[in-house]
Amino acid sequence: MITLTWVYALAGAVFAAFALLGLRDRTNPKRWGTSLFWGLLALSMWAGDALGDLGNGILVLCLVAIAGTGQLGRGTDGEVDPVVRRERSARFGNGLFLLALVIPMTALIGTFVFKQVPQWVDPKQTTLISLGLGVLLALAAGYVWLRAGAPVPLEQGRRLMDSVGWAAILPQMLASLGAVFALAGVGDVVGSIVQLAIPEGSLFGAVAAYGLGMALFTMVMGNAFAAFPVMTAAIGIPLLIERYDGEPAIVCAIGMLAGFCGTLMTPMAANFNLVPAALLELNDEYGVIRRQIGTALPLLAVNIGLIWWLAF
Amino acid sequence: MWVLIGIVVIVAGFVLRFNPLLVILASALATGIAAGFGPVEIVSAFGKAFNEARYVSVVWLVLPVVGLLEAYGLQERARALIESLHGATVGRLLTGYMLLRQATAAVGLISIAGHAQTVRPLVAPMAEAAGDRQSEGMDEDTREEVKAWAAATDNVGVFFGEDIFLAIGSILLIKGLLEQYGYDIEPFHLSVWAIPTAIAVALIHGFRLFRLDRRLKGPRKATNEA
Repeated sequence: MITLTWVYALAGAVFAAFALLGLRDRTNPKRWGTSLFWGLLALSMWAGDALGDLGNGILVLCLVAIAGTGQLGRGTDGEVDPVVRRERSARFGNGLFLLALVIPMTALIGTFVFKQVPQWVDPKQTTLISLGLGVLLALAAGYVWLRAGAPVPLEQGRRLMDSVGWAAILPQMLASLGAVFALAGVGDVVGSIVQLAIPEGSLFGAVAAYGLGMALFTMVMGNAFAAFPVMTAAIGIPLLIERYDGEPAIVCAIGMLAGFCGTLMTPMAANFNLVPAALLELNDEYGVIRRQIGTALPLLAVNIGLIWWLAF
Repeated sequence: MWVLIGIVVIVAGFVLRFNPLLVILASALATGIAAGFGPVEIVSAFGKAFNEARYVSVVWLVLPVVGLLEAYGLQERARALIESLHGATVGRLLTGYMLLRQATAAVGLISIAGHAQTVRPLVAPMAEAAGDRQSEGMDEDTREEVKAWAAATDNVGVFFGEDIFLAIGSILLIKGLLEQYGYDIEPFHLSVWAIPTAIAVALIHGFRLFRLDRRLKGPRKATNEA
C-alpha cells in the first residue's frame, strides 16, 4: 500500500539532490553549510523513524546551529537569462499553463479517486500522496514536452530552495514548539488567566473575550487549532454555552474563525505569512502580514458580532 | 505560571529579530525547564514532535516543477496573458482568485493551490503585470506591495472557505471537543455557520482590493506620496 513513507522517501531524495547540487555552486560563499542543512533534512525524511526521539532532537539542534550561526547562503548559479526565458515562453506558449495545472489537477482527481481504493493508497494521506504523484507526472510531462535536460528541474528547484533558506523548516519547527507547549501545560495557564479577565455579568463582554482570546492566543501559538481547545474550555463552554445558553455549533464554528483572523496577523503562522514572503523574494519579511491586518481586524469584529447576534 | 516564559521568549525574540529558529528552540528550552523537565527530555520531546510534523515540509517537493516551469518562461507567459486582457486590474484579478480559492476550498480542495504551487509561478506575476499597466510601471515599493497582496489574498481565500467543507480538520476538531463535553453536533451544523463569515470576508477583502485599484489607477504622484 502507498503510504506517507513513500512521500517522505521522495521528499528525502529531492532534499538530497538539493544538497549535492548545492556543493557544486561555487558562487555560493556558504555552500558547505547550505548543503549540510538540506542533507540533514534528507536524512530526517528518509530515516526519521529510525533515529529515535533524542536522535531527531539532536538533528534539530544541528539544523538550528547551522541556520543560527548564519551558515546558509545562496549563489547565482543556474539563473536563466531573461532573454532565454522570453524566447522559450514564446515557443511553448499557453501550454505552459497546462503543465502548471498538472499538480492541482492531480490533487483534485487524487482526492476523489484514491479514496475509492483504500487497499492501495492510505485513505488518510490522499492529499500528500496526490501531491507527490502530481510532481512526478508534471516532471515526466515536462521532460517529454520541453525536452529539458535531466538536471534542470532539480537545479532550478535548488535555486528556489536556497532563496527560501532556513524559513523552509520554520513551520515544522513551530509545530514542534506547539507540542512542547502542550506538554508543559501552557494552554491551561493561559485559559485560567483569560477567565480572570472577563467582566462579570456581561454577555457581550464574555463573547468579546472569547473572540479576542481566540485571536490573541492564535497569534501566540501560530495556530488556531492550539488556541481553540484552550479558549473553548476556559470561556466557550462554561460561560457562553452553559451560563448564557448559547448555541454550541455557532459559538464554536465562528469562534474558530475568530482564531483564523489571528493567524493572518502573526509571524508565528510562518507557512502562511513568512514563507510566501521568502518565496516571492520580498524585502520586507512581514510584507504579507501587513497586507492582511486590514482584513483581519474588521473581520474579527464581524465574527464577534456574529456570535453575539446569532448564538443567543 | 512560569511556563509562560516561553511565550515571552518568542515575542521578545521576534521583536528583536533574532534568527527565528534559535528563538523557537530557546522558547522550547525555557518552557520545558519551567515545567520541570531536564534538557535531554526537552530535546527528545522536540525531536519527536519534529519527526511527526515532517508532513509540513513535504510541500517543498513542488519546487523542481516550479523551477522547471519558470526556466521555460511560465512567469513571462502569465504576464503576457494579463497584458492581452483589457479589463484586467490587480483588484479584479485578485478578487477573482480569492472567490475561486474560497469556492474550491469550500468543497475540500485545499491543496490544489498555494504559495508555492500557484502564487509564485502564476498569481504574483499576473498581478504585477496588471499593476504595471494600471500605473504605467510601478516603483519598487508598489511592486513589493502588489506581490504581498497576491500572497495575502491566497491566505484570506483559503482560510475562510475551508471551514464550509465538512471534513476539514478544524470542523472535526470542534466536533471532537464538543463531544467531550456531551454535545453531539453534526459536522454539517458547524460548517453552515462558516458561511456568514465567508461572505463578510469576501466583502471586506474585495473592498480593500477595489481601493487598491483606485490607488494604482490614480495619477502617479499619488502612489509616490503614499
